[in-house]
Amino acid sequence: MKPADLCKTSSAWFGQGRGLFSDVVISSRIRLARNAAGFAFLPCLSSEQQQAVLEMFKAALLGLDVDGETFFMDVEQASSVERELLTERHLISRRLAQGSGPRGVVIAGGEAFAAMINEEDHLRMQVLAAGLDLYSCWERINRIDDRIEQQVEYAFDRRYGYLTACPTNLGTGIRVSVMLHLPALKMTGQIDKVLAAARDSDLAVRGLFGEGTEAVGDLFQLSNQVTLGVSEAQVVEDFVSRIVPKIAAYELEARKTLLAKRPQSLDDKIQRALGVLQNACLISSQEALFLLSNVRLGVNLGRIEKVDIATVNDLFMLTQPAHLQLRAGRMLDAEQRDSLRAQILRSRLCTN
Amino acid sequence: MLCQACKERTATIHLTEISNGQRAETHLCQECAQQQGLAVKAQIPLNELLSTLLSVQPETAEPSGKTEPKIPAKTCPECGMSLKRFAKESLLGCPYDYKVFEKELLGLIERSHNGKSRHCGKIPNRIPAEQKKDIVLRQLRRQLDEAVKNEDYERAAHLRDEIKMNE
Repeated sequence: MKPADLCKTSSAWFGQGRGLFSDVVISSRIRLARNAAGFAFLPCLSSEQQQAVLEMFKAALLGLDVDGETFFMDVEQASSVERELLTERHLISRRLAQGSGPRGVVIAGGEAFAAMINEEDHLRMQVLAAGLDLYSCWERINRIDDRIEQQVEYAFDRRYGYLTACPTNLGTGIRVSVMLHLPALKMTGQIDKVLAAARDSDLAVRGLFGEGTEAVGDLFQLSNQVTLGVSEAQVVEDFVSRIVPKIAAYELEARKTLLAKRPQSLDDKIQRALGVLQNACLISSQEALFLLSNVRLGVNLGRIEKVDIATVNDLFMLTQPAHLQLRAGRMLDAEQRDSLRAQILRSRLCTN
Repeated sequence: MLCQACKERTATIHLTEISNGQRAETHLCQECAQQQGLAVKAQIPLNELLSTLLSVQPETAEPSGKTEPKIPAKTCPECGMSLKRFAKESLLGCPYDYKVFEKELLGLIERSHNGKSRHCGKIPNRIPAEQKKDIVLRQLRRQLDEAVKNEDYERAAHLRDEIKMNE
């Protein structure tokens, strides 16, 4: 499997956009941070040792029997556009893309599983699912973690748990996140209040690509900050039975209010978005993201009938810059990208 | 309610001041409150937090009145990581650092994890069964204490059952 093979379709786990609360929750993700015992953490690891860590985890991960094809991508050797593609698909972080030395990612299960080797910790693995599906994410990643542990001894301390390079990930090393689509809270001006409440209960609020990114297209990523002194099951339970249902209820309530009180201004926003996407000849990725967000709201509210959520989800992913360039098979300048993006949007959203 | 300063964003910070018997209310959004130096930053960047927490306050104030906090010059014999470098990069050099810098790190660890400093959760399978049982029981008892303290009796009852099962 090569990055170029990935650029024409969206990730298998993501495509259909089903799952619990799928009109609000785009995706669920659980990540575990682990380090091998007997090795220094990355800041103090020599290049040879870094290579040894890479080989060790690569072998352990490729031996796993996760559903579907399992393959390794060498990030050190990859071109910058290939690294960007992996980032756009949420398979690797910007940190791994921009890092240095021997490093890579093992991908399996139709991209639902990805394990970065030599990022901030030796091993950072994640399981992704559409909608709210954290119980099964935890079950899957926990099982995979058990299997790796049979081959590699992790750095673990009885008092502090799994030892991580940064003390903020110490303990369980777990990061539970949900990607939320909250357009109605934004339109009704309640979003700041909701996000402030989330921050007050120790949650981090980030944009589409995690740490240090702005929220665009009304997409917000919520994740736990505390990893020490709470068990994995408790963190997951908190998201599933408290945090997500509450925020989803607020968002759905705000959508209902908009439909009841301002149906015309809502329809105007939705139909204009669709109109621009169906007719534009040049469109930037920011604008496309913003407009697709409004179209997604329209589809979920039944205000747009001829487009389905799977198409919208597909377009979110496929219109990103590296996806376009790998699809074209060459580097494109900004205007060429905006033109190709508009062309794809026009053809996929054509409702005649 | 809209923020009084920018009149754009929702006000999330509400301030009531009473001076000379006069009551004044101010409603601001997070950003404007921050600009006016009112609100504490919701999430303090890690490096900022680090240098403050790792520093040792000088025992006596210097004559000049300067009490510039100093980060101790300590280095891990295993990996060569120093506290100064850690304060800058916020990443440790090896697992042993947690022992070497234990005293200095504790405040930071508690601060980042809601006051907690002991692991609760998954334990690797390679740890021998007897020891594992011991760790699990200690984890459960600590959670029980906490549940009782928070008057969460439903959870406490559940934890008591779990402790009995593990004993």
